[in-house]
Amino acid sequence: MKNVLQWPKYAVLLLIAVVHIIPFYILINMSFKLPTETSSKWRFPVDASWDNFVNAWQEANLLRAIFNNVFITVSAVALVVIVGALASYPLARHQTRFNMFIYTVSVSCLIVPALTILVPLYKFIVDLGGINTYWAAILTQVTFALPMTIFLYTGFINTVPRELDEAGLIDGSSRMGIFFRIILPLLKPITATVIIIMGVQIWNDYQFSIFFLQKVQVQTIPVALSQFISQFSNQLNWVAAGCLIGMMPMAIVYLCLQKYFIKGMADGAVKG
Amino acid sequence: MNRLMQSKGLINLMYVPAIVLFALFIFYPFIQGIRVSFTDWNGYSQTYNWVGFDKYNTMLHDRNVWITVKNTLIYGFGSTFFQNILGLAYALFLDSKIRGKGLVRTIVYLPVIISPLIMGYIWYFFFQYDGGAVNDAIGLLGIEAVDWLSKGPTAVWLITLVNTYQYMGTAMIIYLAGLQSIPKDYYEAAAIDGASGIKKFKHVTLPLLMPSITINILINIIGGLKLFDVIVAMTNGGPGYASSSISTMMYNLYFARQDAGYAAALGNTMFLMIALISLLALFYLKRKEVKM
Repeated sequence: MKNVLQWPKYAVLLLIAVVHIIPFYILINMSFKLPTETSSKWRFPVDASWDNFVNAWQEANLLRAIFNNVFITVSAVALVVIVGALASYPLARHQTRFNMFIYTVSVSCLIVPALTILVPLYKFIVDLGGINTYWAAILTQVTFALPMTIFLYTGFINTVPRELDEAGLIDGSSRMGIFFRIILPLLKPITATVIIIMGVQIWNDYQFSIFFLQKVQVQTIPVALSQFISQFSNQLNWVAAGCLIGMMPMAIVYLCLQKYFIKGMADGAVKG
Repeated sequence: MNRLMQSKGLINLMYVPAIVLFALFIFYPFIQGIRVSFTDWNGYSQTYNWVGFDKYNTMLHDRNVWITVKNTLIYGFGSTFFQNILGLAYALFLDSKIRGKGLVRTIVYLPVIISPLIMGYIWYFFFQYDGGAVNDAIGLLGIEAVDWLSKGPTAVWLITLVNTYQYMGTAMIIYLAGLQSIPKDYYEAAAIDGASGIKKFKHVTLPLLMPSITINILINIIGGLKLFDVIVAMTNGGPGYASSSISTMMYNLYFARQDAGYAAALGNTMFLMIALISLLALFYLKRKEVKM
C-alpha cells in the first residue's frame, strides 16, 4: 500500500533525472556520429565511430591544452590557498578598524566583474610582457579568486576558538608559529571547499584565458575549443567530440569525488 | 606585553601578498580604466586624444547599449528568479524520504562543474536552426522549424534558461544545506499547534531559510549580470547586439571595433551598475534576516 502511494514521487524523480541528462545524451550521440550521417540528433548513431574524437584531439591540440589547464589550475589554486589563508588569519583575529577596512575592501572585490576592467588590465599585462605567459594567467586567476577565498577563510577562522591562540601564546609560540602549527591544520575542511570551488572556477575559465593565452603552446581547453570551433564550425560532430573530451577530465574528477564537491559547496555557503 | 604588541604588528604582514595582488590587478587597472574612458584610445597605438565625457555621451545615445543593458538585466534577474524557484523546489523534493535522491542530486549538480563555454555549445546543438535537436523534435509533431537564436528576445530568454540549467545545482545544494540545519523540533512544535504543510513552509521553513536565500540571490545576481561565456558560445551576442550582455559588447568594442575608450566607459558603467544592484540586494536581504 505504501509503495503504491509512493509512485508519483518516483515518477517525478525519474523525470528530473532524464531532463537533466538529455543535453549529455545529445552530445554523446553527436560525437559518435560520422558527419555524413544526417539522422536526428535524438537517434543513436548507425555506425558509431571514434573518428570525430581522433580529429578533434589532433586539430584542437587537446593534449597540450589539458596539460596547460592542469598546470595553471594547480599552481593558481595552491597560491590561492596560501595567500588566502595567510591574509584571513589577521583579518579574523585582529579586528582593528584598519583591518576591518582591509577585509571590507578585499571582499568587495567580489563584485568587481573582471570584464569591467578588461581594457586597462589587458594593457597592463601587455606592458608587463605577460601575454602568452603562464605567470600572468596564474596571477590574475589568483587575484580574482582571492575575495571569495578570504570571505570563506575568515568566516571559518571566526568559528575556531580564540583560546587556542592564547594557549599558544602562553606556551611561547610566535603568532606565525600559532598560525602554522595550530590554525592551519584546523583549516583542512574549508581548504577542501576552497580547492573545489576555486579549482572548478579556474579550470573552466574562458574570459581571462581568451585574452592572455592565445598561442597554441599556452592555451587552455576552453580557448583551444573556441578556436577549434571557429575553424570547423561546419563540422559540428567534430565540435561535439571536442567538447566531450574537453569536459571529461573535470567530469571524471567530479564523479569520483562528488560527495566532496556537494559537501564543499554546502559547507562554503553555511560557514562562510 | 611588549612581545604581544610586536607579534600583533607582524601578523598584519600576512595580508600583504593579497593586498599587493589586488593593487596590481584590480585597483591599478580600475583607476587606469577611468582615465582611458575619457580618451579615444584605440587599444594599441601610442597616441590618443582626451575627449572628456564624449564616450559616455555616445553611450547614452547608442541604441545598442540600451538593448545590451536590458539584456544584462534579464540575464541577471531572470537567472536569479528561475534558479531560486527551481533550486528551492528541487531541494524540498530531494530532502524528502526517497530512494535514489543522492544520484539525482549528483546529476543536477553535474553541469556546475562544466565549462560554461562548453555548456553553451551543447545547447547550441539544441537550438540551431538546421537539424537542431529541438526543431527535430517539434518536426515530428508537424510544427515548422523555428530559428530560435536569430530573434533577440527569444535568444535572450533561452540563454537565461541555459544559465539556469547550469547553475541551479548550486542553488539546490545551498538550499539543501539550509533545510538540513533547521531543527526538527520546530516542525514538531508547529504540528502540535495544528499547522498544515503550507503553513509550516511559510512560518517555519521560509524564515529559517533566509540566510540561504540571501547568499543564493547574491551569487546568482552577480553571476547573471556578468554572463559572458554561454552567450559567446550560443549567439556571440548576435544578431547585431540583440543578445549581447555588457560583457560581450565590451569584448566586441575593444577587440573587434578597437574602441578601447568606449569599452572602458562601458566597463565603468557596468561596474557601477553591478555594485549598486549587489549592495542594494545585500542591504535589503540582510534587513529581512534581522527581522526574523
